[in-house]
Amino acid sequence: MKILKIFLIIFFVFPIHSLKADNEVLKNKITKNLRCLICQGQSVYDSDSEFANSLKIVVDNKINEGLSEKQIYSYFQSKYGEWILYDPLFNKNTYFLWLLPLLIFFIGGAIVFKNFKKTN
Amino acid sequence: MKNKLLPTTITLIFIIIFIVFYKGLKDTNIYTPETKINNKVPSLLVNLFDTGKTVNTFEIFKSDKFYLLNIWSSWCVPCREEHSILMELKNNDSLKVIGMNYKDNKDNAKNFLKELGNPYDKIIFDKKGTHAIEWGAYGVPESFLINNNKIIKKYIGPLNKVSFEEIKLLIK
Repeated sequence: MKILKIFLIIFFVFPIHSLKADNEVLKNKITKNLRCLICQGQSVYDSDSEFANSLKIVVDNKINEGLSEKQIYSYFQSKYGEWILYDPLFNKNTYFLWLLPLLIFFIGGAIVFKNFKKTN
Repeated sequence: MKNKLLPTTITLIFIIIFIVFYKGLKDTNIYTPETKINNKVPSLLVNLFDTGKTVNTFEIFKSDKFYLLNIWSSWCVPCREEHSILMELKNNDSLKVIGMNYKDNKDNAKNFLKELGNPYDKIIFDKKGTHAIEWGAYGVPESFLINNNKIIKKYIGPLNKVSFEEIKLLIK
């Protein structure tokens, strides 16, 4: 009987709790990367506006529907455009944004390296 | 050659930075959301305000008529401002005004319509505010002009005389 109880606890209580916790973590991660529609400069996670709260519910529903993080982002992107994402996806509109720091880093590195070699 | 490399690289970096900042100068410092139009009407199961009946949005926007979906709420002050325009649009035969009552108390919403008139052919009741998000709305009030199951124009904020004339022109 005791074993059965332990079995039930492990298989029913813990997985559900951990699943809920996982969903909560994912929900927080997603809402932190979504821009608040009304209070600009704030993420949906940080905002308590009516629309931000509705958006949190939609994210929750989408997670429960089984959508992945990427699918949820593209869903919101299709509704609101790239603007809604704090972390824009890598595509033809954003490649310059993503590659510029790298480009500057490599050019700067090359200059430093060249000067270092010269002085030696 | 070696001597030229450094000034060329620095000039190139300067030009790139200049272009980026110059482009940024022309942009407004307030984010203006990209108004996504030509999106299809989302297929959603919604509750009707009056009857509580659950219907699919395709049933509401099924004909090739023009529809104006207006998101409103009794607690929203700008909604009061635009209401007279909606009442005027109601009289247009080629347009059906559909309301979406956003996160509202039903009694307050009923009083609002009693006081200012009911321009809506049907009202969708969006208790949790999730339908508005599915439509890609930014706030209340907001209006979507729909034709052939496609969103052809989006009006963020209250409708005014300019948007009223534009809607009349578009549905002609």
